[in-house]
Amino acid sequence: MNFPILSSLILLPSIGALFLFFTKSTEEKNITVKYVALFTSLVNFFLSIYLWILFDHTTSKFQFVEDRIWIEGLINYKVGIDGISILFIILTTFITPLCIISVNNSIKNRLREFLIAVLIMESFMIGVFCSLDLVVFYLFFEAGLIPMFLIIGIWGGTRRVYSAFKFFLFTLLGSVLMLVAIISIYWITGTTDVTKLYELGIDAKYQNLLWLAFFSSFAVKTPMWPVHTWLPDAHVEAPTAGSVLLAAILLKMAGYGFIRFSLGLFPVASDIFTPLIYALSVIAIIFTSFIALMQEDMKKLIAYSSVAHMGFVTLGIFTIQQQGIEGSIIQMISHGLVSAALFLCVGVVYDRMHSRLINTYGGIVSIIPKYSVLFMIFTLAALGLPGTSGFVGEFLILMGAFKDNFLVAVLASLGVIIGAAYMLWLYKRVIFGKLVNLELKEMTDLNKSELFILTCLAIPTLFFGFYPDPLINTIEVSINDLIKVYNISLVNN
Amino acid sequence: MEISIIALPLIASIISGFFGKLIGDRNSEIITSLLVTISAILSAFVLYQVIFNQYQDNIVIAKWISSGTLEVNWSMKIDPLSAIMLVVVTSVSSLVHIYSIGYMSHDPHKPRFMAYLSLFTFAMLMLVTSDNFIQLFFGWEGVGLCSYFLIGFWFKKDTANTAAIKAFVVNRVGDFGFALGIFLIFYLFGTVNYSEVFKLIPTITEKDLIFLGIKINAIDLICILLFIGAMGKSAQILLHTWLPDAMEGPTPVSALIHAATMVTAGVFLVVRCSPIYEYSELALNIITIVGMSTAFFAATVALVQTDIKKIIAYSTCSQLGYMFFAAGVGAYNVAMFHLFTHAFFKALLFLGSGSVIHAFKDEQDINNMGGIYKKLPYTYILMIIGTLALTGFPFLSGFYSKDAIIEFAYLRGNTTGYYAAGIGILTAFLTSIYSWRLIFKTFHGKYNNKNIKIEETHESPLVMLIPLFLLSIGAIFAGYTFKELFIDQSTDNNFWKDSIFFLKPLSTEHPPIWFLVLTPILVISSIPITYYLYVKNKNLPEQIANVNKPLYHFLLNKWYFDELYDVLIVKPSKNLGLFLWKFFDIKLIDGFGPDGISALIKKCSLKANKFQSGYIYQYAFIMLLGFSALLTFLIIK
Repeated sequence: MNFPILSSLILLPSIGALFLFFTKSTEEKNITVKYVALFTSLVNFFLSIYLWILFDHTTSKFQFVEDRIWIEGLINYKVGIDGISILFIILTTFITPLCIISVNNSIKNRLREFLIAVLIMESFMIGVFCSLDLVVFYLFFEAGLIPMFLIIGIWGGTRRVYSAFKFFLFTLLGSVLMLVAIISIYWITGTTDVTKLYELGIDAKYQNLLWLAFFSSFAVKTPMWPVHTWLPDAHVEAPTAGSVLLAAILLKMAGYGFIRFSLGLFPVASDIFTPLIYALSVIAIIFTSFIALMQEDMKKLIAYSSVAHMGFVTLGIFTIQQQGIEGSIIQMISHGLVSAALFLCVGVVYDRMHSRLINTYGGIVSIIPKYSVLFMIFTLAALGLPGTSGFVGEFLILMGAFKDNFLVAVLASLGVIIGAAYMLWLYKRVIFGKLVNLELKEMTDLNKSELFILTCLAIPTLFFGFYPDPLINTIEVSINDLIKVYNISLVNN
Repeated sequence: MEISIIALPLIASIISGFFGKLIGDRNSEIITSLLVTISAILSAFVLYQVIFNQYQDNIVIAKWISSGTLEVNWSMKIDPLSAIMLVVVTSVSSLVHIYSIGYMSHDPHKPRFMAYLSLFTFAMLMLVTSDNFIQLFFGWEGVGLCSYFLIGFWFKKDTANTAAIKAFVVNRVGDFGFALGIFLIFYLFGTVNYSEVFKLIPTITEKDLIFLGIKINAIDLICILLFIGAMGKSAQILLHTWLPDAMEGPTPVSALIHAATMVTAGVFLVVRCSPIYEYSELALNIITIVGMSTAFFAATVALVQTDIKKIIAYSTCSQLGYMFFAAGVGAYNVAMFHLFTHAFFKALLFLGSGSVIHAFKDEQDINNMGGIYKKLPYTYILMIIGTLALTGFPFLSGFYSKDAIIEFAYLRGNTTGYYAAGIGILTAFLTSIYSWRLIFKTFHGKYNNKNIKIEETHESPLVMLIPLFLLSIGAIFAGYTFKELFIDQSTDNNFWKDSIFFLKPLSTEHPPIWFLVLTPILVISSIPITYYLYVKNKNLPEQIANVNKPLYHFLLNKWYFDELYDVLIVKPSKNLGLFLWKFFDIKLIDGFGPDGISALIKKCSLKANKFQSGYIYQYAFIMLLGFSALLTFLIIK
């Protein structure tokens, strides 16, 4: 067996966290603590880039597979990646260091503990995206909740406890059912190894219930309508870095899960339940877009827009079209970049004025011009303007959806109109107009680290808008084969 | 070389946008104007090559999106159609750049303004040179974005910001249709490249689709969906409401974007897709009807408006209607011809009105002007030229293109055609009246402005007058010079080649002579009529308005479209948003979900608490009860 690169990716942040655990944290040493965390996450980022370089995108087989016995005859620790998972890993390793840089302004107390939570979360997230055993996946998937729960509950705003519990309750509800489903799969097939399950297939008569159990977990995490109401609350209360992690990475676990497990393991049930997903996705897109229109809190607005964007993702996945699924993955990557950036943008003004309410602001374009430019770029990406990554994802999804169902594509496209309205209206109310609130005059433009973070997010947003080929190339073969296998198993059953 | 036509404006925009502070106002102005002018010269050269050397090319610059069978490139297609557009866009753009140096001289954000103008030019060029629908869409949204930036350029004005958003969102409604059209094309053909799609169109003429419960021919559906996009961008009736509001932007913007180039993108789209539209009688009829309705509607509204820019905006709307009904009757080349001539004279009128506004220090109401033709002699003469060209005064450019439209509508020989021709003539008359009204109220009669003394008004600087002068040359001669090239369809002189497709050749007959002279007579006779109404007997228009109060208000309020949309769409959307949020999310989902459940559990546990009373006799009693129940159950069993 070669160098265990995936396990390294998973373990490295945890080792960093352990290291932090044993360093003393005082006010003066906060800088050291931060550098340790940053260094760890950067090493991980470069390691993941190296992984991308080594990655062979001409095959859909799992690569860099590590298979170790964990509990004899029962559970193997098995990890491996294919085109579907690798981009999520890179997204995770890319966002985490940016998050760590951003804590400067937002986290005032217990920085060390915060960074430990962030690093551990990175470990778990990478684990989610490369585990090839259902039990291992489940453990990572659920464990990822804990650091997030703590981040909201400890470093959150005034209603943090309510939000943290709401978040926990919702997500736990689905998870229990998924655990039951995983155990049943073991009973039915005798294994929880994903690759083996792909080969064996699961008898069609069990698929519906199993699919629903997995769905209940993924739907909450996506979040899909109507189990989305935890998200706005969680975002509003979470500190900026927490919101970034939540929006950029945590929400992607479910989308990934849908592709890997719902489509991969239960094709027959997926086919049956596609109308359900379509309906919920379209409702999510339209309803939450209208809701976003009326928000007065910037974070809530972006949170609701996230729900709408994730509606596009679920819609695309279940089109079972090359364009639809590829669009979904690109949309997730794009949303990871853009929503992270938007939450950071809110964080920037929040740090200065301590208000997230839209009507606090207005007329600040000439006071903070750099901020205004970057905020504009992300606003445009969020509304899916061609030339940004948001467009490529959304357009491909709708194209795929149109192939499958006219009505759904038409309704979902309506969301694009409302999306333009709420994003531009937000921007106008915050940035343009007359300066009414004179306190805003004291605002300072982006400092170096903020400028750096937002630029880091803006570059890929624009680059992949003009040249999404590196992304599409990486995922193309895997998705092509996924669809082939899916269609074959539909015919066989 | 061809690529640099597109690249130069982009480079100009980047330099001015990002390094504007570094290099200074004047340098940004010079660099952007220079680069766009070079691009214009290159475009003229390309057009020359296309006309005389039959040059055509399809340059692939880079790969953009490839997913499954979807292959989209960044590309540059050069054919007669795009060559004409290249020249129109770059030439008007370069003149507007130069004009802006003078017009924006008091503005503190010059580099930003120039950067937007150049960026707009880039996006517009991407739009016209695309060889596929998705790059077209890129340019389409790109110009929309620049329009958004430029309308809201004076960001402190709330009305400007609102107008900017309105423009973008209304355009998005059109884009919604456009995008669906693209999806449908991809669904049917598996490709979005023009040449492949156009080749496959004849194979599906009989194909029917069930779309949202309606059975419809596939080609009809494509055409209608694409046309919805065109309606949005070209401000056709129902989706026109953003264009008059867009006048909040600086005047050079109105000239470039909202008169000469961007708003004509819809017409360009229909002409570009002539190989599809030719197979759809239904869509062509819809286009004709929408076009002529817009032409008529906008002209009536323009009659009573008092904002100089809004009058010209409605006039633009109306002229776009003409272009559409030309396309609708199958005379795509004539539509292009009118697009071409219109770019010059309408840009001239806008820039001229800008010169007037500049002289009056940002006054736009024509009631507050008057009697200044001696103070602004050049502007006056140039505006007269623009007006003559617009109204179709014989031998100026508008005469050739507009009369050709009316002729071809007549020659179409069907009901919509005759109807369109009739409306076309009537609208030409109205056009003439409102245009001369503008001239007379602005330049003649008594001086009416209370804020500025007449001595303070001044002629614009040369940097503004020279572009006006160049445009006026176009306004005078473009029609006569290019008439043969655009309209003549004889085989030995077929300029358009494959870029415009005619299923049946256009009629080469001539309408009766009375028909030909009718429009010019109306147009010429309208000048003394308007002079009488607005200079000699000024009370008469007021009396007419007083007698027909409801009609007057109907026109003054632009047929109440804005109010209607506010009641039908804007307010309900907001209410729906509130309802879905406060009722659905908070009351229903949270109420029955987490909040409800936790409240329920709390209630239950409070109840359960009562069982633990601590009194032994209560516990013993319950035990006894349970024991006897169990026993009874066992015995019965």
